[in-house]
Amino acid sequence: MTEPTIFELSSSGRKGFEFPKSDVPKAELPKNLLRENLPIPELSEMDVIRHFTKISQLNYGVDIGFYPLGSCTMKYNPKINEETCRLPGFLYLHPLQPIATVQGALGLMYELQEWLAEISGMSAVSLQPAAGAHGELTGGLIIHAYHQARNDKKRTKMLIPDSAHGTNPASSAMSGMHIVQIPSDHRGNVDLNVLKAEADDTLAGLMLTNPNTLGLFDEHLKEIIEIVHNAGGLVYGDGANLNALLGISRPGDFGTDILHFNLHKTFSTPHGGGGPGSGPVGVAKHLVDFLPNPIVTKIEEGTNDNPPLYGFLKPAKTIGRVKSFHGHFGVIVRAFTYIMMNGDEGLREISEHAVLNANYIQARIRDSYTVPYDRICMHEFVAEGRWQDAPEVHALDVAKRLMDYGFHPPTNYFPLIVHEALMIEPTETENKETLDAFSDALIKIAKEAHENPEILKSAPHSTPVGRLDEVRAARDMILTCTFPEVSE
Amino acid sequence: MYIPHTDADREEMLKTIGVKSLEDLFGSLPKEHLFRHLNLPPAITEMEAFNELKYIASVNETTENLTCFLGAGAYNHYIPAAVDQILRRGEFYTAYTPYQPEISQGTLQAIFEYQSLISAITGMDVSNASHYDGATAVAEAVNMAYHQFRGKRKKFILSPGLNPQYLETVHTYIPIDGNQFLGEDLPLSSPPSALYDLIDEETALIVVQYPDFFGRIYDYTQLIRKAHDTKTLVAIHVNPLSLGILKTPGAMDADIVTAEGQPLGIPLAFGGPYLGIFASKKEYVRKMAGRIVGETRDNKGNRGYVLTLSTREQHIRREKATSNICSNQGLMTLAVAVYLSLLGKQGLRQVATLNYDKAHYAADAITSIPGFELVFDTPFFNEFTIKCPVSAKKINEYLLDNDIIGGLDLSEYYPALKNQMLIAVTEMISRDDIDALVDLLSEVAK
Ligand SMILES: Cc1ncc(COP(=O)(O)O)c(C=O)c1O
Repeated sequence: MTEPTIFELSSSGRKGFEFPKSDVPKAELPKNLLRENLPIPELSEMDVIRHFTKISQLNYGVDIGFYPLGSCTMKYNPKINEETCRLPGFLYLHPLQPIATVQGALGLMYELQEWLAEISGMSAVSLQPAAGAHGELTGGLIIHAYHQARNDKKRTKMLIPDSAHGTNPASSAMSGMHIVQIPSDHRGNVDLNVLKAEADDTLAGLMLTNPNTLGLFDEHLKEIIEIVHNAGGLVYGDGANLNALLGISRPGDFGTDILHFNLHKTFSTPHGGGGPGSGPVGVAKHLVDFLPNPIVTKIEEGTNDNPPLYGFLKPAKTIGRVKSFHGHFGVIVRAFTYIMMNGDEGLREISEHAVLNANYIQARIRDSYTVPYDRICMHEFVAEGRWQDAPEVHALDVAKRLMDYGFHPPTNYFPLIVHEALMIEPTETENKETLDAFSDALIKIAKEAHENPEILKSAPHSTPVGRLDEVRAARDMILTCTFPEVSE
Repeated sequence: MYIPHTDADREEMLKTIGVKSLEDLFGSLPKEHLFRHLNLPPAITEMEAFNELKYIASVNETTENLTCFLGAGAYNHYIPAAVDQILRRGEFYTAYTPYQPEISQGTLQAIFEYQSLISAITGMDVSNASHYDGATAVAEAVNMAYHQFRGKRKKFILSPGLNPQYLETVHTYIPIDGNQFLGEDLPLSSPPSALYDLIDEETALIVVQYPDFFGRIYDYTQLIRKAHDTKTLVAIHVNPLSLGILKTPGAMDADIVTAEGQPLGIPLAFGGPYLGIFASKKEYVRKMAGRIVGETRDNKGNRGYVLTLSTREQHIRREKATSNICSNQGLMTLAVAVYLSLLGKQGLRQVATLNYDKAHYAADAITSIPGFELVFDTPFFNEFTIKCPVSAKKINEYLLDNDIIGGLDLSEYYPALKNQMLIAVTEMISRDDIDALVDLLSEVAK
């Protein structure tokens, strides 16, 4: 099924919205500054609603079914979040309003900074970064600034495990570091020997995802951090996998110097078809002064009669601002709502059940798929989508076939250190029936791979479109609709 | 909350895994830091949380209750009801980046249409699928120009008329090592021609704003011609709403266009989430950061859409990628696609014209008060800079006592400009609002 584009649906002269008539005199714009034509579509409101409703139905989302996209923590997005973030008292605030008029918003941000610090064991938190990768860039810049401030300018080497997400090396490079990749050992941990050899006086830091992208808690975490610290480097934690650790153990307690959070993963805010996310950054005591400008602070403590006065603070050695204004406030309100409703015990239960669910699927499919690092996993695990006796089948085929069974596929081809990776992260919000149905489908597909590989190679069969030609897209480079003929 | 497991489920699952308790699943973690109590407020139910958040929200004073003349990068506009209805569809907002195109055609087609609409209003060939906001889009333009010249050109000219928050963001993003930033220290009154002398064969990029931070509209055609003499690129940062009536950056031959997309149907929401718009000429598409959607065919010949040209991106190129961006502002691009589709050609013209006319009415009325004058005699769109007889701080306090959020006190960014104020007037402001503002300004100036 295909739906015409909004440009194809356009009919000259139609209107979908009308503003009130002007109540002031007309002003003349200099002719040389006027635009000539405006080739955008013309539709009625109902046309627009039907069009976007129709295309929405070509999508798969968490509200429709199981979405075990590893590393992305596609948990249920509570509906109350969508109400609280749209309360008029939050929605209609200009970011530069006088602080006296936005004490509710600032107080909420201050609390969330404190809560995230408590949850992670970090000393202070900035809510400004817009997403995980933006938090990584912020962290890289803080590491850079820290060494510069100590006049230790040769420290530009960033160590990154080979299991890391692509944003880790990309963000480090953007913050002016050069990257050295550290291999994983046969248990999926950071290779300590290579780490030791690289830990010299040019070391700026190590970017560590823990649990790592194999879903494994590094068995030498304390040693790794010690090696980096002894060499004068800092440890950056990619908090993408924090859903395994809430109320279980805190990265800060192990000596992590900087950590980013993904509110759009761990704290239930929706992924929005690719964003907006939110990537707050927490730091240890010695880095508080380097945080992005500004952070929210208490300007005056409260008394019995008066609430505290909240405002902004420019950290003393700040790296500067990393974006406009104060962060993705709408996302911040959602995460705040979620933490309020969970509290200490609720958060711990989230991680316990996220880990339980991942281990359950791992146990259920272990006989049908190779699990290369086969031990108790954390909130996700990685299997191989390949079999020696079914050589023509790839992880991609397994992924596409899962759609026919009504599931969103796992992440594939990441992490890069596993061949034909299928990275499965069920999250805590899925019930046993769903996990069983998904495991059953995977087991059936493994069978099909041997008995009827063609059905995998030509999958999916039940989706709005079949397999799409990506080579053609890159070659043709059709990146916009055809604009209608302009008649002015 | 939101955990569906029954005791029986848990038992059975633990048995299948082969452990006795949930705690056993964490056996490989260092014991000394395990299961620490977190000092958080006790959990509350949805009803209680909603009440508490309603209370917190009620402490704020909003642009619904106050008349807002504040802009400076975020603007109070009307958003048609239909926009949020579409954003609230779970099919859209509970999906992630469309990695699996067969079940993501909704998101992909919406982004493709968004890219098309952005190309259409800016007059550029291609648009990406978004950056985080206007400020980071500008920083990414600098990044892109750096890569376009493979790091060989190290001069970047930044107009003094750029939003100071964008300038700060660019400086945070781009390491100084060897790079040179020029132009931003020129007098604020400098016209574009003041930048001509700074351009040379070493210059990678010039960034200007349209309308600029102080509201001024310049035609950059000459500047761009000059820049192209040395193959220097030019990025124009625009207010996209103004393009309902203003000459396009494409018509000026700009190489890159960035914008803060918030005015096109995105709520103020205390500063975010907003939308970084990024468009360019087709020849730079391979150096562009971020995701891009392209049209293709499926195995039955049907039209469909996929993420394309992804060899630029971090998940493939890692440290050699054009940018680190992964999650972007997906849902905000949908808001813009719906907003522009609803308004259409006539609506976008109408709202841009309303902004223009009201701002000009306001400027005339304000400058008719003795002691108030326009700082620049350049054309403007919906925002302008005035000089006041007393400090902007004093004026704003007085206005706030009368339920008006005044314009930006420019001394917050430029300490010397104590008496200057940047006033924004959108379609949300009525003639009566403006007349009331004028009365109050006359009183406070006395
Ligand atoms: C392990 C890991 N790190 C970093 C990121 C980047 O986060 P974001 O997409 O929020 O920028 C991701 C995103 O998928 C991830 O899985």
